[in-house]
This record gives sequence, C-alpha cells and structure tokens, in this order.
Amino acid sequence: MKTYNNKAWWLVLPVFALVAFSAIIPMMTVVNYSIQDIFDPNTRYFVGTEWYREILADPRLLDSLLRQFVYSLCVLVIEVPLGIIVALSMPRRGLGVPVSLILLSLPLLVPWNVVGTIWQIIGREDIGLYGWILNSIGLDYNYASNPRDAWATVLIMDVWHWTSLVALLCYSGLRSIPDVYYQAARIDRASHWAVFRFIQLPKLKNVLLIAVMLRFMDSFMIYTEPFVLTGGGPGTATTFLSQTLTQMALGQFDLGRAAAFSLIYFLIILLVTWVFYTAMTHNDDKG
Amino acid sequence: MGWMAWTLPTALFFVGIALLLVAMTVWQTVSPGHERKGFLPLTTSRGDRLFIGLLASAYGHLLLLALTDWPLWIATGVCVVGMVIIMKWG
Repeated sequence: MKTYNNKAWWLVLPVFALVAFSAIIPMMTVVNYSIQDIFDPNTRYFVGTEWYREILADPRLLDSLLRQFVYSLCVLVIEVPLGIIVALSMPRRGLGVPVSLILLSLPLLVPWNVVGTIWQIIGREDIGLYGWILNSIGLDYNYASNPRDAWATVLIMDVWHWTSLVALLCYSGLRSIPDVYYQAARIDRASHWAVFRFIQLPKLKNVLLIAVMLRFMDSFMIYTEPFVLTGGGPGTATTFLSQTLTQMALGQFDLGRAAAFSLIYFLIILLVTWVFYTAMTHNDDKG
Repeated sequence: MGWMAWTLPTALFFVGIALLLVAMTVWQTVSPGHERKGFLPLTTSRGDRLFIGLLASAYGHLLLLALTDWPLWIATGVCVVGMVIIMKWG
C-alpha cells in the first residue's frame, strides 16, 4: 500500500515525550546501573557483565523465576476456563445483566493491599471463615506455616480477585456474536458443546488472547497480595520475582544486581508480550 | 545527567540503537518496504525483523553469559551475523 503522507506521526510526539520520561530514561538508567557496582551516582565501579553472570547462576533467583512461571501458569489454567464458564452462565437480558455485571466488577475495585488483608483474615484458622471451615472439617490448614496452604491461598486469592476480569472480557466477546449464528445452529440442531466449540470459542479468540495476556502480565509481576498475605513465606515458598527484586534493590541496597535482574525480568515480559501481540495481529490479518 | 550513572559502553549502546532507528526511518522514507514472508514463520516488515533480531540478540547474549565463560564479543559477533540473516531472509 502506498504511503501518501507521514505527517500524522507528529501527533505521536507528545506520547513519545511522556514515554521517554516515564519509561525510556528510567530504563536507560537501569541499563547503566546494571554494569556497575553503585553506592551512589558519584561512588560507582564498572563491573561489566559480572552481575548478569551472577544472577543467571544464582539458584535463589532461578527458583524465584521458576516459582513465578508456575504461579502464572496456574493462574491462567484456573482463571481462563473459569472466566469462560462464568461468562457463559451470565444472563443475556433483563435485570440480571446489570446485577451480574456490578457483582463481577466489585472484586476488581478492591485495591491489592486490601485484598491481601482480606485474605489474611479469611485464611486465619481461629476467626477466618475459610481457615476455620477447613480446620473444622479435619484439614490441617495453616497458610503461615505450610507452603502448600500458602500457595493454595495465594492462588485462591488471585482467582477471587481477577477471574471477574476474564469473565467480563468474555461476556463482552459473547455479546458481540450476531444472533444469526445461533439461529443457524438451532436450525442444524447443534448441541451446546458444538455451539461453544464452533461459534463461541472461535469468536472469543481475540478477547481470550487479551485476557490471557493481561492475566499473564499481572500475575507475572504480582507483588502486593502475597507480600501482605504471607510476606513471601513460609520460607521462600511464595516469594515471587518482584518481591525478590524488591528485597535485592531496597532491602540489600544491591542496586547493580537488582538492575541486571530487572532487565532480565523485562526481557521475559517483552518476549511474552510480543508473542501475544503477534498472535493477535496475525489473527486480525487472517480474520 | 549524573544521576543516570552513564558509562562509555552504555552510551555507545544507546547511541547505536538510536542511530539504528534513525537509519531505519530514513530507509523506510526513501525506499518504503513491504511486509513479506521469509524463513520466519510469520509475515514481517523491516521494523518487525529489526525488533525480532534485537530481541534474539539480547537473549543470545544472556545465553552466552549463563552457559559459558566466553567473552561477550563472541555473542555480539554471532548476533550481528544473525541480525543480517534475519533482516535479509527473515
């Protein structure tokens, strides 16, 4: 396609200036820090690639990375199918529509640290509903001392907080499917499964890609909720990447290593985002 | 700019990236490119191929640092060759 005029690019300049200040300049600083041992901007020593070599061989960080991938995978495996089921069960007309939309939006409005605090209380075995019920049916549940329970609670907390987002996105996708598809399916006497498999799921593809990308990104940089709920414990069982990074940068004031670590973290996010972006635009081209 | 803790290698790196972007813009203006399909499993524009090449180079450097004790310029050399291949036939 022939390009007649590129003047519209000037309109991007304000955004470019904003991004420069909020992202590009800080990112450049992080790159600068990552190859130096920094005490303050005036007291610094060039170390080359030493931090990168150390980080890529540090078992604590590799464990944290693995834990993070497993966590994000669990989040996606639970929240995406659950969100689709919730969206499919939502009413299509009548008073039920606004009521269900408001109810589903409520968890999304709760701030992260409040979610952590809510689940800290709910999970307690003495006064918390969830912890008390599990203990009273004979399960030895304690999220503060048992890594398995801590993981389960952090995951359930995330599911409680964010499944609504997937459900709302899927619901909007479902509502955009023209009725003629369903009419054709009725004429063909298609089963519910066939309608889902051959009409709803293909039409939801792009929305689901966005939902998967958003949930992956959010879960991959999760910090506040597990920090408030478990503080990363017991031991390091729920210490995810961002918490490890924060401990390194602010706790140990190890700015050089933390900078190198954040760049690796950034590259992972960049790759995943690019894969999703490409998948989405590829779908658009095809569809 | 002292707070940004500049060093010569990082300054050269960013100047290189900036020059690359300027050169790509000029190239696109003078001789507009089109999306095409090469050995990569998707249709790509020049900019896409540059991005893929740069991202692959970043991972290539990290891989070398993680798995070997070799000096970094070996990865840089391999990545430059890789970048040319991706830009030309990708």
